[in-house]
Amino acid sequence: MDFTLTPEQLSFRDEVRSWLKKNLPKDWSTKVQAASDVPREEAYDFLRQWQRKMYEAGFVGLTWPKESGGRGLTFMEEMILQEEMALAKAPPVLNILAVGMAGPTINAYGTEEQKKRYPPKMLSCEEIWCQGYSEPNSGSDLAALQTRAVKDGDHYVINGQKVWTSLAHIADYMMLLARTDPHAPKHKGITYFLLDMHTPGVTVKPLKQITGDAEFNEVYFDNVRIHESQILGGLNNGWAVGLTTLMYERLALGFGLQVRLRIALDGLVDLARRSTKNGTPATKDPVTRQKLAQMWIDTEVFKYTGARAITKLLKGELPGPEASTGKMMWVEGHQRLQELAMELEGPYSQLTKGSRWAVENGLWQYGFLRSRANSIEGGTTEIQRNIIGERVLGLPKG
Amino acid sequence: MNFGFSDEQELLRSTARKFFENESPSETVRRLMDTPEGMSPELWAKIAEQGWLGLIVPEAYDGMGLGFVDLTVLMEEMGRAVVPGPYFSTVLLGGLAILEAGNEAQKKEWLPKIAGGARRATLAWMEPTAMLGPAGVTLAAKAAGGGHTLSGTKLFVPDAHTADAIVMAARTGGGVGEDGVSLFLVPRTARGVEVKLLPTMDQTRKLCEVTLTDVTLGPEALLGAPGLGWKPLERVLERACVALCAEMCGGAQKVLDMTVEYAKIRQAFGKPIGSYQGVKHKAADMLVDVENSKSITYYAAWAMDEGSPEGSLAVSMAKAYVSDAYRKVSAAGIQLHGGIGFTWEHDLHLYFKRAKGSEFTFGDATYHRERVAQLVNL
Repeated sequence: MDFTLTPEQLSFRDEVRSWLKKNLPKDWSTKVQAASDVPREEAYDFLRQWQRKMYEAGFVGLTWPKESGGRGLTFMEEMILQEEMALAKAPPVLNILAVGMAGPTINAYGTEEQKKRYPPKMLSCEEIWCQGYSEPNSGSDLAALQTRAVKDGDHYVINGQKVWTSLAHIADYMMLLARTDPHAPKHKGITYFLLDMHTPGVTVKPLKQITGDAEFNEVYFDNVRIHESQILGGLNNGWAVGLTTLMYERLALGFGLQVRLRIALDGLVDLARRSTKNGTPATKDPVTRQKLAQMWIDTEVFKYTGARAITKLLKGELPGPEASTGKMMWVEGHQRLQELAMELEGPYSQLTKGSRWAVENGLWQYGFLRSRANSIEGGTTEIQRNIIGERVLGLPKG
Repeated sequence: MNFGFSDEQELLRSTARKFFENESPSETVRRLMDTPEGMSPELWAKIAEQGWLGLIVPEAYDGMGLGFVDLTVLMEEMGRAVVPGPYFSTVLLGGLAILEAGNEAQKKEWLPKIAGGARRATLAWMEPTAMLGPAGVTLAAKAAGGGHTLSGTKLFVPDAHTADAIVMAARTGGGVGEDGVSLFLVPRTARGVEVKLLPTMDQTRKLCEVTLTDVTLGPEALLGAPGLGWKPLERVLERACVALCAEMCGGAQKVLDMTVEYAKIRQAFGKPIGSYQGVKHKAADMLVDVENSKSITYYAAWAMDEGSPEGSLAVSMAKAYVSDAYRKVSAAGIQLHGGIGFTWEHDLHLYFKRAKGSEFTFGDATYHRERVAQLVNL
């Protein structure tokens, strides 16, 4: 057991640290405090430029192969990068669905052509990706999806609808799961397509969320024609390819979420230091101290459980039970953190953006509302518990 | 970075698991916990033979000279088997106190015998006020004829009734702070020492009341510098706390294993109960608690070995987390077993009671959360 870094890793850390110090936009650090989730719309342009800048400095896609525009480094460097970004309160990578999920899946299943075409533009944020999985009648039961893809010459014609599609309104491509064989058992008739969102027949309708923002969408397909060369991983093999994406999702989330939770916690501690409770500083209140300390502990625990999973990856082993817990821990921790922010603000928690009395211009109110989605998106907490129960503990299916 | 165990440590784990499965199965645990000693001379000799009594004793004193990460592995396995008896008190309390505070002569005299299994020692620091900080140490040690005379009562002293020596935290100076706390090595048979075994909820842990009435000790009984005993005592308590967390992790993992096993075979409404989400989801939550407990405990053990400046913080984070986790996991284990889990015959209560006792040893979650708050300058 050893937490120390090698000289090479230390010099990589210094490289990241000094780059961040020089290039981090100053005003961002206050804006980002409570925004530990998918960024708000007003931040998109800023984030596009930020990712581009990070990419040019070589800090996006560290673990990707060089031919895909990455640096061919290990998860260790990725972890160091994430740690430094947390310390510096750096903005997140906007094109995370591409960098964290679509890219690794294409690198795993793609043709040479596909591998050359797509991944580099993901890293530079030239092309933003979204994930077309969920439908109105298939959420947790993903394999029940009904969007159809019917062969017509060397094309497929897509009809159907996706929903809760984050970033679709600014996306250039979609990881699309569609049914190509309606007669096969439900897991066996699905194909994974790489869809150009600018194709005629694709309609994106933003959905207003409980935050008032519209960062996710409904996406309609009306006779959308897609060339068969856009199939990833083979016809009717979409379920296996899609699960690979979800595996990468959890991995990517594991790194990223730990960092975002730490940033949010630092913001919460700052908020606590500025808050009062019955006229005395909130940080002197014993109950508040207990809750803040527990948040601190849980954030650290999350980090070390992640470190155990990464150690196994670095050794070339499959992640063990500790790797499956990340999503659930993040959800529970982050929702509790946001509740605690409301508690610290007390009656002021009722005020949102626009009031001069609103704390930090309503940033925490947004984060609080947004956090309710955490236990639904990317696999509900109920589904996560099923996965742990069945695949890790080996309990029988219901 | 490598946050995993070495091949040697994995070997120690499998050796220890096999050893305790053979030597300390449930029937043995139950037989021993009904005796006042909580340990048989045969099992003690076998543990000594493995070298485990000297696992963290330096080689210069006939120990194995291993660290806390190594010890973590062994403690997890001991917790898994709810091994009763004075291993913890001898190795982590009495023995470690002599190692941390003793002079060369005292270490030479005691450590090889502890490592070999010939002597046992424990530590008495808590008093009836049950305060954890230096203010809790009030037992008076008055200077007398080159030595000291000790009078007062110590409570919750593990295995004092079977220890050869009790390391006693006492006050040689006034006040309630760190200054003035001194450690003494008191033979259990010294005149004026009275040891009373207390009935405990966790019968695998033997706790005593130790009353000292004008116990006269020579200068050789002083362990370390007079008045400066708090720092080494704190080091001992922190290290013991990490070892306790490891033991708790092992117990919690065993409860999870038993519960999952049972949920696979126990049928209700024509299906294994583990197929119902009401059971499955609870088991998933138990796994999260168990895995997280291990993560923070391993980190704390590593921090002890490295002398990391974050050591105290790591200890408190671990004890806060694991105290809650073991309590929750062992209670959930009983719940998911249903009626059988509430019986004396089933082993679950051994773990449930161990969890409760451990929760309040070296400070509970509330205490350690406040300590975390202080250490991170909240």
